[in-house]
Amino acid sequence: MSRGVYIIGSGEAKYGELWDRSLREIAVEAGLKAVESAGIRTKDLGAIYMGNSLGGDISMQEHLSALMSDHAGIASEFVPSVRVEASTASGAAAFREAYLGIKSGEYEIAMVGGAEKMTELYGSEIIDITSSIIDREWEAFTGATPAALAAISARKYMADFNVPREILAHISVNDHANASLNENAHFRNKITLEQALNATPIAEPLNLMDCAPLSDGASSLILASENYVKEHGIEGVKIMGSAMSQGEFALHSRKSLYTVEPTRIAAETALKQAGIGIKDISMVEIHDSYSIYGLMALEDLGFAKKGNAREIVENGIGIDSNLPVNPSGGLKAKGFPYGASGVGQIVEAYNQLKNKAGKRQVKNAKYAMTHSQAGSGAASIVHILGVE
Amino acid sequence: MGELSRMWREMPSRYRMEGRKCENCSRVYFPPRDICPVCHRDSIGKMKPVDIAGNGEIISYTVVHETPPAFIRQKPYVLAIIKLDEGPMITGQIVDSEPEEIKMGSRVKSVFRRISEDGKSGVIHYGYKFTLEK
Repeated sequence: MSRGVYIIGSGEAKYGELWDRSLREIAVEAGLKAVESAGIRTKDLGAIYMGNSLGGDISMQEHLSALMSDHAGIASEFVPSVRVEASTASGAAAFREAYLGIKSGEYEIAMVGGAEKMTELYGSEIIDITSSIIDREWEAFTGATPAALAAISARKYMADFNVPREILAHISVNDHANASLNENAHFRNKITLEQALNATPIAEPLNLMDCAPLSDGASSLILASENYVKEHGIEGVKIMGSAMSQGEFALHSRKSLYTVEPTRIAAETALKQAGIGIKDISMVEIHDSYSIYGLMALEDLGFAKKGNAREIVENGIGIDSNLPVNPSGGLKAKGFPYGASGVGQIVEAYNQLKNKAGKRQVKNAKYAMTHSQAGSGAASIVHILGVE
Repeated sequence: MGELSRMWREMPSRYRMEGRKCENCSRVYFPPRDICPVCHRDSIGKMKPVDIAGNGEIISYTVVHETPPAFIRQKPYVLAIIKLDEGPMITGQIVDSEPEEIKMGSRVKSVFRRISEDGKSGVIHYGYKFTLEK
């Protein structure tokens, strides 16, 4: 049996450097806000799926799903829960599992959470831990970091397509402009192109302003079956497409250093499921953990041909443009808590489609696409949401 | 620590760049693979060790400024993706040159070097890095 699945509520704990808050606290806050927003009670939950990437290494805490469930006061409801891990796409992977759980007919309502505490460790230590999203034995062993691999892609991309640094920087400038309107964002400050171009080098040609920050944060969504939505007269947002694709793990194993094939395949599949074309998309949340990945995503998702993302960027990607990119503020400025970001992107899409995005509302938003990428591109998850 | 067994296990590949050749299609893999991603099950039992000469060309590179603890003493360092003459691409550092001398397309050869240290009294890891062919 296969049936429609809807999002009926969302909640978030503010993203940022939350020194005084624990992983469980922010996860519970987001989850309970989502329950409240959906107008359900925790006893209604059929299952909980928790996206978390590095909790074991950073917070030395595994099994976040059960911990959060208990601390949300629902241990007595005996709700099955599981943590889902797919590195930086963990949140989107958890969302997809919840979607499949309802679609299959097993559950009527499911909760998705995504949470990460990135700031528990010092600078260089966290670089070692985050390098577990790339190949430890054949990339990180040699001195590679996630930023270094993105930089290698960036240099090749810029050379092959004659793209200047300014085009990359625009992705970050746009993120900051949008995040200034998002009270849950890590960074609320706007940045100028000049500031973006002249920041401290991280891995050349990328600098600090090309790189998403280490953020703490949690996001949550409540999903419900078509039956439930109809019975209760709820106007949910429909999950029209959900696809995940997997490719080569290490960057050096791929045919192209600036093509994430899983993104292309996941986008194609999700659009086909939704029965719409790329031109129908009203807004997109892309995984721009590094500015170059933003350009690559716009191409691999199908908005531009390879090497041509600069045309989209030059035409404008702001909230009032033809293709609003990352109205939430994106990974660069809303923030990048690994396991939360994939859920956070969908929270944004949900609120946009419900016309509840306040100052950053995209006009006439009908179809939203979200894109989450694991590591340097080992896997990608694309979702399409819509209002009928 | 688990780190140690992982490094011992990979020694033939790290120390003398031992890869694998699929005897079904003749493709060479480095880092080594146990299954050929082209031949799939037809490659089972046919992935034989093969020595890599260590010569190749820089496809792209970066100068790394923010590093994990084990690499702090080396920073900034040049990290590249190199296409080996045998076919595969790998990740490795370019040493003994200034970043300004390095270009995409530069020819390189492998050298045996200290890669990293686990703190002041910890294990020293060795393996391949690359130098520009002069």
